[in-house]
Amino acid sequence: MHPLLIVFLVFGIPAGFALGWVFLRGSESLRRYILTRIALTLPMVLILISVVFFVLRVMPGDVVSSTLGPKASEETRQNIMEALGLDDPLIVQYFRFLGDVVTLDLGDSFIGARRPIVDELGERLPATLELIIPAAIIALGSGLLFGTYAAIRRKKPVDYSLRLYSVIIYSMPIFWLGLLLRLVFSVWLDWTPIAGRIDVVTNTTLERTTNLLFVDSILSGNWAALKSVLRHMILPAATLGLVLSGVFVRLTRINVIETLQEDYVLAARARGIRERIVTYSYALKNAMIPVVTVIGLQVAILLAGAVLTETVFNWPGMGRYLIERISARDFQAVQSTVAVFALFVALISLAVDVIYSVLDPRVKY
Amino acid sequence: MTEGSLYGERITLGEPPLKAGEILYSLRDVSVEYGTRAGPVAAVDHVSLDIRKGEILGLVGESGCGKSTLGKAMLRMISRPGRITTGELWFDGVDLVTLSERRMREIRGARLGMVFQDPMTSLNPLSRIVDHLTETIMTHEPSVSEAAARDRAAQLIGRLGLREERIDDYPHQFSGGMRQRIMIALALALQADLVIADEPTTALDVIVEAQFLDLLRELRDEFDLTIVLITHNIGVVAEVADRVAVMYAGRMAELASVNELFLDTKHPYGQGLLRAVPNIELDGTELYQMAGAPPNLLHTPSGCAFHPRCPAVMPICSQHQPEFLQREGDHYTACWLYQDHPVKPGVHDA
Repeated sequence: MHPLLIVFLVFGIPAGFALGWVFLRGSESLRRYILTRIALTLPMVLILISVVFFVLRVMPGDVVSSTLGPKASEETRQNIMEALGLDDPLIVQYFRFLGDVVTLDLGDSFIGARRPIVDELGERLPATLELIIPAAIIALGSGLLFGTYAAIRRKKPVDYSLRLYSVIIYSMPIFWLGLLLRLVFSVWLDWTPIAGRIDVVTNTTLERTTNLLFVDSILSGNWAALKSVLRHMILPAATLGLVLSGVFVRLTRINVIETLQEDYVLAARARGIRERIVTYSYALKNAMIPVVTVIGLQVAILLAGAVLTETVFNWPGMGRYLIERISARDFQAVQSTVAVFALFVALISLAVDVIYSVLDPRVKY
Repeated sequence: MTEGSLYGERITLGEPPLKAGEILYSLRDVSVEYGTRAGPVAAVDHVSLDIRKGEILGLVGESGCGKSTLGKAMLRMISRPGRITTGELWFDGVDLVTLSERRMREIRGARLGMVFQDPMTSLNPLSRIVDHLTETIMTHEPSVSEAAARDRAAQLIGRLGLREERIDDYPHQFSGGMRQRIMIALALALQADLVIADEPTTALDVIVEAQFLDLLRELRDEFDLTIVLITHNIGVVAEVADRVAVMYAGRMAELASVNELFLDTKHPYGQGLLRAVPNIELDGTELYQMAGAPPNLLHTPSGCAFHPRCPAVMPICSQHQPEFLQREGDHYTACWLYQDHPVKPGVHDA
């Protein structure tokens, strides 16, 4: 089975079950909303990849001049353009690409051995997922935890420290934080590896099925590989996650403070409800509503941050792939990668909207 | 609805059940201060008050006079930067001020209930009505099963005039009057002895308000309730209260049975308040307006806090604070007009 398909199944099946559960449990209007939302995702992705397709063609330079240089003969140039289909009218190229996307083929890359894009993405997408998922967990986990803690300890030293932390971490450029962490933890302390996803030697022992090395090492029971994967994962994930956590610390803090002053919190206390339940079940749950909205918006920033993080940590994911292929003017690879990103963002925002509807019974569709 | 069928074992603090008219809750010399940058503000200033079993006591006063703070203090729900600085809160033979937070929590909701001003915001928007009720019941009676709590919740909701199947709805699906009934149901879930209702009808229109006040009276009789009704609406008090306490600038100004107060107001503040109530029969008369505004509690006027606005002011009023004394029968007031002071005659002559 193709690794891309396996990755899709690994994430798609649980997500599908969750969506199905919400769908069956939800009201008639919620169901209609979910269907509309899914239907709207398609034009959204279509518009995005169309924009990318045309912007790429407007960009100066092409694959021949970027790979062969300015001295390539006009004849070679013509031959390559013809072989890649770049001499066809733009509209033909456009519909060919749309056809590629619809058939999930995505065509072949323009450079190197002209491997199918799906194979290249099959290696790169899992690497990126293995970066952004732990990063998202770190961002949300630390953001919610610190934010709630700061709210409960409002105007105490720990609150001021956490607020300062959130501003500093949020305003720090990702690549700079990455270099800093690498200098401290990899060079000076020598606790973590400098870069990459796994030790070169350990890599040879690992049997790959999904290209999600974390999953692969567990599936094959290769604990040495799992250790290596986690050690490699921690710094890049922390870099990306911590930078994003700043927003969540502040947002959670202010919302928990606000909800703790709500009448229903006071009323719950007046009914003798335990303070722990008041804080977590009343205040935090209500405070999560705006936070969930921002999670959806932050996914795009997460992907943008992944591009930078992958570059700093030499992480062989979609971000680095995208940068490589943009400089090589490998249109096929770039537009396919962007299509995958677009689909990803669209799916997450769909998930956020569905979560929102489950979380807040007041939301009407 | 007998006690055995709907309610489990009650938490008691050791006193036998009270008969109607006996003192259920007694505030003794209670002060509440809020620390502000400009200094401490005495929102409640040495207030003593007895609440009798089975009565509806109206607590009236202008905005900022400390009536809501007093209500919260009765549940020991003053949050920082406020705190109870002096006094005792005697309930069921125990001074609540001395209780641990844990014991206090057991009493809140179970023996003492509170209904807040704005029914639109007093219920957790993410929880169904049934969850509010079962959570409250099961917090105080851990042995009750979820199903039993649910049954009880449905019965209560039914008793308060809502359809029982609506307990699975969310707060936003109810109107303001319905939500205020739900708040009452929450106070009754454990059959509280005393319900403090802080401006419960302010957010309701007059028709719903009248229905709600009728309901309060019915419930008082049926559930053996005692109600403290905090309001700035004299009309509401006249309609349902048995006794009325008037507060001014954090202090008690007057306390009397409702008839006594309306027919023979002692304190000039109370007199002013009554004259300021629009009367549908006094057509064409200019509505009385009390001079001045309630004092800033950071700089409470010396002596009687009302003296700068008082039409019957005497020299002594700005020098000494009158005591809150029994005037005749059940009528208490804090005003120099009705009490003697060693220096008063001389001052009076001057």
